[in-house]
Parts: sequence; C-alpha cells; structure tokens
Amino acid sequence: MKSAPQLLPVLAFLLSHATADAERTVLFNRDVRPILSDNCFYCHGPDASHRKGKLRLDIREEALRKEAFVPGAPEKSALIERIHTSDKDDVMPPPDSHKSLTPNQKETLRLWISQGAQYQLHWSYEAPAKASIPQGTHPVDALVQQRLREVGLKQAPEADRRTLIRRLFLDLIGLPPSAAETAAFVSDSRPEAYSELVDRLLSNPHYGERMAQGWLDVVRFADTIGYHSDNPRNIYPYRDWVIQSFNSNKRFDRFTLEQVAGDLMPDASDETRVGSAFNRLILSTEEGGAQAKDYEQRMLTDRVRAIGAAWLGQTTGCAQCHDHKFDPFTTRDFYSLGAFFADIKEPIIGRREDGMLVLDPAQKTRFEELTTKRDRLQAEFRSPRPDLEPEMKAWETEALVAASFKDLWTPAPLSTPAASKGNLNLRLDAQILRASVDARRTARNQSDGTETVSVTFTLPETPVTAFRIEALREKSPAIGLGSNGNFVVSELSISKGKAPALSLSRTTATFEQPGFPATAATDGIADQKNNGWGVLGGTGADQALVLQPTQPLHEPGAKYTLKLHFLFGENHGIANLRISTTGEQSPPAAPKTSSPSPEITTLLKVPAEKRTAQQKQKLEAAFRDVAQSLTDLRSRLGSAEKDLADFSAAAPKCLVSISAPAPRTVRILPRGNWMDDSGEAVRAALPSYLPKTGFENRDLTRLDLARWLVDRQNPLTARTVTNRLWRQLFGTGLSKVLDDLGAQGELPLNQPLLDWLACEFMDSGWDYKHMVRTIVTSSTYRQSSVPSAEQTSADPYNRELARQSAFRLDAELVRDSALAISGLLSPTIGGQSAKPYQPEGYWENLNFPRREYPADSGENQYRRGLYTWWQRSFLHPSLLAFDAPSREECCAERNRSNIPQQALVLLNDPSYVEAARAFATQVLEKAPEPERLRWAWQRALQREPSQEEIKTITPVLERHRAMYRENPAAAAEFLSVGQAPIPKNVDPGELAAWTHVARILLNLHETITRS
Amino acid sequence: MNTDPHFFSRRAFLGRSAQGLGAVALGSLLGREAAGKPLPFPGVLSNLHFPQKAKRVIWLTMAGGPSHLETFDPKPKLAEMHGQPMPESFTKGQQLAQLQGQKLTCFGPQHPFAKFGKNQTEICALFPKLGSVLDEICLIRSMTTDAINHDPAHMFMNTGSQIAGRPSMGAWVTYGLGSESSNLPGFVVLTSLGKGGQNQPIAARQWSSGFLPSRYQGVQLRSKGDPVLYLSTPKGVSNSQQEADVQTIAALNRHHDALAHDPEIATRIAQYEMAFQMQASVPELMDLSKEGAASLELYGCQPGDGSFASNCLLARRLAERGVRFIQLYHKDWDHHGGVKEGIELKAQEIDQACMALLTDLKQRGMLEDTLVVWAGEFGRTPMSQGGSGRDHHNKAMSVWLAGGGIRGGLVYGSTDELGYAAVENVCTVHDLHATMLHQLGIRHDAFSVKFQGLDAKLTGVEGANVLKKILT
Repeated sequence: MKSAPQLLPVLAFLLSHATADAERTVLFNRDVRPILSDNCFYCHGPDASHRKGKLRLDIREEALRKEAFVPGAPEKSALIERIHTSDKDDVMPPPDSHKSLTPNQKETLRLWISQGAQYQLHWSYEAPAKASIPQGTHPVDALVQQRLREVGLKQAPEADRRTLIRRLFLDLIGLPPSAAETAAFVSDSRPEAYSELVDRLLSNPHYGERMAQGWLDVVRFADTIGYHSDNPRNIYPYRDWVIQSFNSNKRFDRFTLEQVAGDLMPDASDETRVGSAFNRLILSTEEGGAQAKDYEQRMLTDRVRAIGAAWLGQTTGCAQCHDHKFDPFTTRDFYSLGAFFADIKEPIIGRREDGMLVLDPAQKTRFEELTTKRDRLQAEFRSPRPDLEPEMKAWETEALVAASFKDLWTPAPLSTPAASKGNLNLRLDAQILRASVDARRTARNQSDGTETVSVTFTLPETPVTAFRIEALREKSPAIGLGSNGNFVVSELSISKGKAPALSLSRTTATFEQPGFPATAATDGIADQKNNGWGVLGGTGADQALVLQPTQPLHEPGAKYTLKLHFLFGENHGIANLRISTTGEQSPPAAPKTSSPSPEITTLLKVPAEKRTAQQKQKLEAAFRDVAQSLTDLRSRLGSAEKDLADFSAAAPKCLVSISAPAPRTVRILPRGNWMDDSGEAVRAALPSYLPKTGFENRDLTRLDLARWLVDRQNPLTARTVTNRLWRQLFGTGLSKVLDDLGAQGELPLNQPLLDWLACEFMDSGWDYKHMVRTIVTSSTYRQSSVPSAEQTSADPYNRELARQSAFRLDAELVRDSALAISGLLSPTIGGQSAKPYQPEGYWENLNFPRREYPADSGENQYRRGLYTWWQRSFLHPSLLAFDAPSREECCAERNRSNIPQQALVLLNDPSYVEAARAFATQVLEKAPEPERLRWAWQRALQREPSQEEIKTITPVLERHRAMYRENPAAAAEFLSVGQAPIPKNVDPGELAAWTHVARILLNLHETITRS
Repeated sequence: MNTDPHFFSRRAFLGRSAQGLGAVALGSLLGREAAGKPLPFPGVLSNLHFPQKAKRVIWLTMAGGPSHLETFDPKPKLAEMHGQPMPESFTKGQQLAQLQGQKLTCFGPQHPFAKFGKNQTEICALFPKLGSVLDEICLIRSMTTDAINHDPAHMFMNTGSQIAGRPSMGAWVTYGLGSESSNLPGFVVLTSLGKGGQNQPIAARQWSSGFLPSRYQGVQLRSKGDPVLYLSTPKGVSNSQQEADVQTIAALNRHHDALAHDPEIATRIAQYEMAFQMQASVPELMDLSKEGAASLELYGCQPGDGSFASNCLLARRLAERGVRFIQLYHKDWDHHGGVKEGIELKAQEIDQACMALLTDLKQRGMLEDTLVVWAGEFGRTPMSQGGSGRDHHNKAMSVWLAGGGIRGGLVYGSTDELGYAAVENVCTVHDLHATMLHQLGIRHDAFSVKFQGLDAKLTGVEGANVLKKILT
C-alpha cells in the first residue's frame, strides 16, 4: 500500500477556484479522480465487461501501457488531444454518453499531466492518518480552524445557553429539556457546567434510544418481512439490544462482532445471539409461487448491501450483475462476501420461525421452574410402576372389548366443514376432519381462542341407533389443540337443515376429566367456560363420545350437521374428528377405556409370554396413557406442559443467526441471473482490494468477517461510522454521501478531520460515547447556527463548519417532542412495538391476511416514535410524512423534506391534537393567569415569548374562546380526540381555546427544529 | 439526502418572496393559474429534450397480472391444443412461478374474440366498449418483464428496478416536469378492489419517491375516510378556526425567521398554505355529485362507490386540475383459478370505464396531450393451472396506450402461436418507460440522478429503446 498522501499543505487551493492557475498543484484524489470517475471510468474503469479499447484510466500503469498520456508532456498526450478535438468520432467523452467536460476540467487534466500525472490510491482505501494536534487545543477545533483559515472564514460565536442545552438534549437523548433544566443551565456560569451536562446526558437511559435510531435505519430494522403479504416476524428484542448496547457503551468492535457473528463468538450468550438478529433483518416473502433460488439470491444480495452500507460505506449493489464501474469492487467480491452468510439457517420462502426465547432474569427463573416441573412429572410418569400390574391386566381385557366395540361402528362421509371464526383452520381428509390453530391470527392477537365448528355427515342405508364422535390422535401431539393437549366440547348438537336439534337420551365417553363430564356437552349450557366435556389426563389416547338419540333414525343419505362449540378458549378444540354411526339394537355405552389403536389391538392379541420387550414397552405406554390410577398424574403433567407452552408462547422471541453445518453453495450469478447456474462456486472471501493481513489461506467464517470489519487495517469502517455521527451532530457528513466513501462519493472537504476522528475512534478502543463527547465539547459544535449574510453567500450549505446548522427533527423526534411537551410521553424503554393512532383503512392494501390496526391503549399509546410498529410496506403515515424510511433497504441518510403532509400531520393527526389538549391542560393546571402564555412558551421552546408573539397569539386565543363560548358542543368534540382523560374541574371552552394555543406551539417550525 | 441543486435555489427564491410579500401574497403566488405562467412547482428540467406531446399521464395498473389470452391476444392455435401437453420446446429451462416443475398442459382461451375498429383488430369479445374506441388505442402484444412475483414485478413496472428504494415513475415525471396544480399533489394514486377476491397486496413503495425528495412521492386519494391522510380538520374545529391557526403559525414562524434566517421557514409557511388549500381542494375534487348525470352514466359509477369507474372519472378531474401523473390500481387480476369467470367480472368492472375515460378526455380535447397507459405487472401462462386458471408469466403480456401522441388503431408486436413468448418487436418495461418519457419531452438516458455512485435512471442501466413506431 502507498503511504497516506499529505493533503494539508495544499488544502489552500480550493476546488472552487475557477481560474486556471499554472502554479497550482493538482492532486489526483481531490481534483482529477472526480473528473475521470464521472466521465471516463464508465468505459475506461474497473468494469472489464464494459471496457472500451482495452484502456483503463483508473490504474496508472495500464493507462501508460496504452499510451493514454505522456507524464510531463500534455501536448504529446492522447488524452488531452481527445478531450479537445472537434471530431465527433474522436472526442471524449463521446457525444452519446451525454457527458462533457468543462473548460476548467480540461485545464485540470492538462495541469495534472504536466505535473507528472501522479495517481493516488482512492482516499478512503488508504489508512487514515492521524494529524498531530497542537498541545492544549481541542483536536476538532484545531482541524476545523486550520481549514477555516485556509478558506478565509471565521468561526461563529458560541450559541446562547438556551440553544446549547436544547441542542444537546435533542442530539443526545432526542427530547427537549424542561424549562427548569434550561433555567438551571442558563444560570450556571461555572466553566464545567457544559461538560457536566454532556456527561449527564451520556448516562441518561434515553441516550441509547437516540443513538439507536440511526443504526436501526442503516441495518433496516422493521417488524415485518417486507415483501408481498408483509407479515410480522419476531424481532423487536434486537431493537432493545441496540438501545442497551449504546447505553452500556458497548465498544463498537464488540457491537459489530455480536451482530455479524454473535452466534459464533467463543463467549456466545443469549445477548450476543440477539445481536446476531442483524443477519435476519433482510426482506423475505411468503408469496405463493416464489422461487427459492430467486429469493436465495435476493437474501444474499440484501446482506452484502447491508455490510457495505452499515460498515464499509461502499455501494456494492451494482456488483450483483457486473464489476463495479467506479470502485474496484468486483462481482467475485460481491458473491464471496455473500458466501459468508450461506451458513445461516432459515427458510428461503415462507413464514419465519418463531425465534429464540429472550428472557430477563425473572422470566428465566420462571422458565426454569416450569421446565423442571414438567420434567419431574414426566419422569414420574415414566418411572417403573410394578404396583400397577394388576390394573394393566384388567385394562388389557377392557381394551380388547373396546377394540371389538370399534367394529360396531361405520364412519360417516363428511362434507362442508366450517369454522365460524376462522381461529381454527379445517381440512377434510377422507373421513376425518382435521383442525389446526390459525397461527397468524394467534400471532396477531386476533384470535380469542374459541371456535364453533360444524360439519355435515351423511346417514347410511341402515338405521342409526347411536352416533360416535371420536377425537383421534393420529400424528398430532395430542387429541386436543390446547397447549396441554386438551379440548373442551362446551356444547354440541346434531340437526338436519333448519330443523331443531335431535333430542339425545344418553351421552357417555371413554374418558372424562374430573369436573368435565360427557353429559356437560349435551346439557344445553353453552355459555360457561368450565361447563363441557374435557379429557385432560386422557389426551394421549383416542377418546370418544357416544350419543344415543331418543328415536332411532332411518333416513338413508340424509345430511345431518354436527355443531361443536369450543368455548373454553385457549384453542381447546379437537385435532382430528371422526363421526361414526351404528344400528345395534341396544347401542352400547362408551367403554370405560378408549379404543386402542390398531397396532395396540394386534399386540393385545399376542399372548403375554410371546411378546417381545419392545412390544411390552409399547403396551405399557398405551396403558399409561389411559390408566385410571394415573389420571391425576396425567392431568398434572398436562397442566405443567400447558403452563410451559403458554409461557413460551407469550415470552419475547427473536429471530437469531444459527449456523447450519452445511452452508448453501454460492455461485457467481452471470449478470445477476439466478436462473443461470453456470457461474463459478465461490467461498467466503474478503474484498480483494482492501487490506486483510491475517485472513489468508484458511476457510473464513462470519466471525472472521466481523473481526475484519473492525480490524485496525480496515480503512473504511471507522470513517464510515464517525462520518455518520458527524452528520447527526452537524446535519451533513464530512464526506457528504454517507453510504458511499467510494469513487462516486465525495472527497471530504476536511479529510484530516474525518481521519483524525476515525483514528481516535479506533485508538479509544471503539468508544462511541468518547467520540460523542469529543465532538460535542468542541467549540465547533457549540457555535451559533444563525448564519451571517456573508456566510450564507460564501458557504450556503455550511460545509466549512464556520457555524452550526439548524435542521428539522427526525420523524420520531417530532413525535417525541410533542409528547414530551404535553406530558403524555411514556418513559418506558424497550418492549413490544407500539401502535399509535393510525387512520382507519390505511392498511386496506395489505392482504394475506387482511389486517386490522388496533391502536394501543394506555401507556403504550404514548411511546417514543422509535417504538412505532414498523410495517415496511405501510409505515405509519405520520412517520412517513417526516421522512422516516420504510427500512426495506439500508438507509444511511434520511431525506429532510418540507412537504404539506407534515402540516396535515401536525394539525390533524389525533396524536398531535391529543398532545395539544394535554399540553393545554398542563398550562391551565400549572400556571395562573397572566403567566400562562409565558409558561407555555417555556414548556415548548424553553424561552420567553416576545412582545410580538404575545400580540400575535392573544387575539387568536380570544377568538377561539368566543367561538367555544357560543358553541360548547364543538369544544366538547374537540376535547374528545384521543384517549387521555379530560380533567373534570376545567372549563371545557377555556381548555379548548388553550388547546388551539398549544396546537399552534406544537406546529411551530422552531418546535420541530434543532438549531 | 438532497442531490438536487434546484431544490435549494427554489427554496431560497420562496424565502425571499415570502419575506418580501407576506403570506397573503405568497398564497396568491402559489394559487396562480398555470397556463403560460411559471409552474407552481417547477421541475428540474428547465429545457425539455424533445417537443412535449403529452403533458400528463394516466396510468391504469391492472394489478395481479391480467391474462393476455383472455383480453388482447387472440390465440386460435392454443384453443386447438387445449388439454394437450405444452410442447417442451416452449418451456424447457424457463422461469415459472407456481407451475415450476409441474406437468404443463395447454389451456385454450376461455372467451371468444371479436373484431373492432377500422383495422378489424381482434380483442376479447368481453370488451365491446373498449372495442368501440379501439381506433384511439395502440395495442402492444409483445411486452415482457423481468419479474414473476407480484411485489417485485410491480416494483419493476413502477421503478424500473426490482430493488426497493427506487423512485416510481410518477415521482420521476413530477420531479422532471413539476406540477401544474398549486393545490393538489403532482402525483396522485387511486386504488380500487375487484369483486373476485383475488386482491393482491400493493405496497406504498410502489408510489414512493425513493431517493428523490419526498414531495415527489405519490399521494394516495382514498375513497373511504379522509381522501388524503389527515386531511380533515379535527372535530370541533371549524374551517375558519383552522385558518386562524394556520395564519398564526405562519405569523409566528415569520417572527422566528427574522432571528433565525433559515430558508426552510419560508418553505414551511408555504407548505402550511398548500396543506390548508388541499383541505378545500381535495374534497371538492372528490365530490362527484357535481358531475352531471350524463357523466356518471358515461362512466357507469355512483359518487362515493370507490369503483374503478369512479376512479377513472376522478382521473379525468385530476387531469383537468393540472395533476401531472395519475395512477390507478385496479386489483383482482390474479387468476390462478377460475380465469373464465374472473375475466368476466373484470370486464364488467373496467370495459365501460376505460371507454368512458378515453371518450371523455377526447370530448374535452385533452386526449391529445394526455398519455393513457393500461398495463398489469406481468402476463399469464398459456398453460393451465389447476384446470381453470393461469400462472404468472413474464415472457408475454399485452398493454395498451392511447392519447399523448400515440398512434391509435395500431397493433404492435406479437407473441408466438401459443402466446407463450413475445417474438416480434419484443419490448421491455424499460422501453415502455423510455417511450412515455419521450412523449413527455424527456430523453430517458439523459434524465438521471446520482444515487449510490450511479447515474440512476428510470430506464435502468441495461439500455432502452423508445418505441418510435407507435408514435404519431
């Protein structure tokens, strides 16, 4: 590698210098590369497939070999001749490229060649150099001021104290300070007051939330899968992991390792595994007809782009189809990088798995208790019981009777099954009705766990004296669908068409759970949870209910409908149901034991002494499933299993990385075409053009990739991350294009500063809080953001940092700010994603399944914006209006738009109307007249209102007052928006009028701006 | 990210105007009539590359993937081979969706075709009303696409890319040309459901502005609830109270600007003004009861029914009001099963409405500068799926264009004898985009924005051809 170029001596020459200056020194990276990259590399750059005339200009030796120029002699150089010629066939760039060079650019190229046509490695591929800082100066200030001296700009004065505390609060914790905090800071003239405030904010638990937001964008964290049906997945613990990582100041190298390879770390733990959910944040599909190979490729490319965006600041996406046109990133690099992730175990198409249980210590204890209890009961149930031998003998006889009982019955053909609520899915399979719990409805809390199932059956040619309703186990874990294997038939009926239900004279069962007798299913009581036929204790064997109608039937081919109400809840339905009939003259009651399976029946017929050990074992197991003496133990075991299953179902879960022993084969896909298998298979490898000493000659894993990302020799990661941090604290990155530090990105105006930050980040042991503290304690950060006229014209975009910048708050913070001002904001950190009010029907275009959006109630309605349910295809519209990204792709930098929808949100979204009302309530309750306006201004803006402002607002308040005095109904309506309680002892008209004042304050540009 | 230098200068311009003239004057500035005067929202293309034939686009998206074989592409040979195995020469090694790896059987067209227009062009007999205006229409029977699942295929049709995060065509066009409307968004989306129950989901990203500034994103007008999200003033707040608040916000923002010197403040004031105007203009737009009975009868709709026909009528009203890009989604074309009955239903829902839209635009002299496009996201297989339906298919689909300098009465391109693949004048989605841009006066390969190191274009990196033969 070449040594880092020393840019400092020549920075005085500005890019913007328009006049050709024979004296000026041209630098390749700063002056020449942008011209070549924009105009020439497309055909004469790294992409071999697009290369014209076998000439590449990105490598000096290659350019010289093809005699593109003669160093020191522009007049002899083909390049110069070609850019100046008027011959349409010869001129470069060619007319059909729609590119052309300005005279200044041509002159730059000429100068460059005359000065020897020296090349530099692209700036960001060189190791960052740490400038030496004069003793006693703040490094950031030293480097900024050096640059300011060179460009002739002066630093702005320090911002006032109120602006400083507001800026720090919004930047570090994302919430406005209170009036009291502001007043205390303003009057604290001690020199250390500022740094103490910084330290206080860095240890505030909301710091993690503020920092997490940008990271969640860049890794595209969302609650849903993205494609097509855009269904939910379990992922929110990862969001909380990010917050906690920032709060505990987890070192960024560790932070990286846990995300990319948290499952492979030598000290892997639940925590690191949750971090590894990073690898699962990709988009996936449940669309029928999706092809596995297609999506395997989409998932791979998604992951490569994420590594490029989040760590490397490299745009890799184009290398999916062809070598990068501007950077040395090749298609081979692309697929080799993708091969790191080929070990991740996951379905390519379809629903994601539930994921790992993520338990806090209390939950963990509970989980262990429940597991131990279940295991203990299971062991007890399986322990040898010689004392039961007589009972088993008796059972063998009964079971044979029960088996012959089976022969009396003929299964009835079934048709038109229906589940009235859709909580169970039904399927007819020959003569068996199979049911399963609708997982999606359950996952979305749309199922109340009850169901009414009906199925029609056909009567035989022969008379019918009794019906048998069987619950079969078959391949199910148990005969019932409850988490303990149980079902409860609350009530049943058999009827023909619209005729009244058949009257039944006797109801018996093969097994009855204590308190849940068979007769309870036919007692006409359908609305009591604990009234029905249940089988807990007998759920491992087939059970049956025998129903005897008062009158025998003889209606060959008649269609009767069996209706079963499963109203116990918790999905207590029957897994596999069969209906049979008999014509026996005096139909038998159900035998005392359930009918054995055909296999067991066969074994029962084998004489005891001839049974093999295995056969004995099977018989014993069958016996234990029904043994009377074990009924109590079985129900306790069933309950223990249910408790464990219920606990697991409700516990937080997270998709995590699990490494499969046999990774998928990764091939280079020619032109990105997943149908084309002809490409070479590649192994995991690091990008060829970046330094990677220590990673050669062995099979690499994700852990190696993670280690390399934060290896000292990697020139990109520290720059990428500190550049993003700079943007958060100043509004624009030092290199403006945050996701591209490559050739098409921007050479930083102040590279020594970015490089110093990158080096300091690594030198500090990747200490993020240290970097935040370093930057915000600089005087550069503390400058006023109000531009002078001179600054506006000299540096309209504030790239030179001779002032701070004012910019609109991010979407989530717009919400947080309103909630904080109103006093509604929930301080809770982490947890399930929240659903703030959303316009009805906003999800109407979602399907498979169609979905309702139940807004949260209580505290969860007032969570910070970053906890909002992130529905990728339909992000919450008020976040979307303020440029929150859908997170379908990694997003390093959000738009900062200013559009009418933002006005509509702040004016009309019930969240903001309610916040205004709560804010107004506080004004009325906390401040007496004439202090109210002052109090309100302090609360929203942490400053006093000006005379002009008071003059503007007062008549409006009067007007609304008058209006609501005349129309109290309107006031009541206005106050009814939202769930927050309306105070009783306040005049509604007065509150409504003040709600308008509050609303105006929440809508102000200043309120939603950090300056 | 804002890569658009005009954006800043425009802001600065508005900033000066606002400070100099005050909010009332600004309001009237924004409300100025479009004809012959600077646009309220100018686009970035100050000089168009070509003479502009079409000023606006109405894009009728038939979501789900309409079968070309039951709409616009007659295949008697396929009818003959109904029930026979699909010749392997057609399908070997090809990308299929749900039929991948299954036995493939020819499935004949489920409805007869009939001849319409002066060229006696054959289209499905279920579309007689469309047939009656076929001379206005250029039918492309040789369209192809890259994707075969709904979501990626819509993305490709809308953004020219299968990767999320790219701007949709409506955003590109509005970004390039700006909008003639001062009180409506430049890019408007309307959706309607079909009655057949095959309503595939459509993600909001289909009308996203991607990496372009958010103001170019499509704004969905809904038939139920607020037509634009958060459009209604809160209950208990009268219109004049809302106006008072908006004016007070503007006044306080101006006080603040005197201290902060932030050009964003002037833009903020202008956007509040626009939002307030939309609160009046959008309900007025949506109120079809103002349309005469003849108009409602022509389209066959009732005010507020949320139908495709209503949306076609709204499209005309939007076009009249200067909206640049109007996109309608009509769902329920995903006929994996029951294509025969499904298409009948779809014909009932769209035949008259499409005819009415073209007729109405023509009567009002607007068809000549309005480009109307009818397209799904892909076609369907000539092979049967499940004995009554057709699977997704990307090698052949039919689309049509009308107005905006398109040659009416033309059939362009064709598929093979079984309708499996386009064979003559094969065209791509990028070609369709290039042609649309061409009619709007834009050279597709010179209309780009720097994104992630590339000159990103609607027409992608592979190149595209303007379909010159279909132009007048």
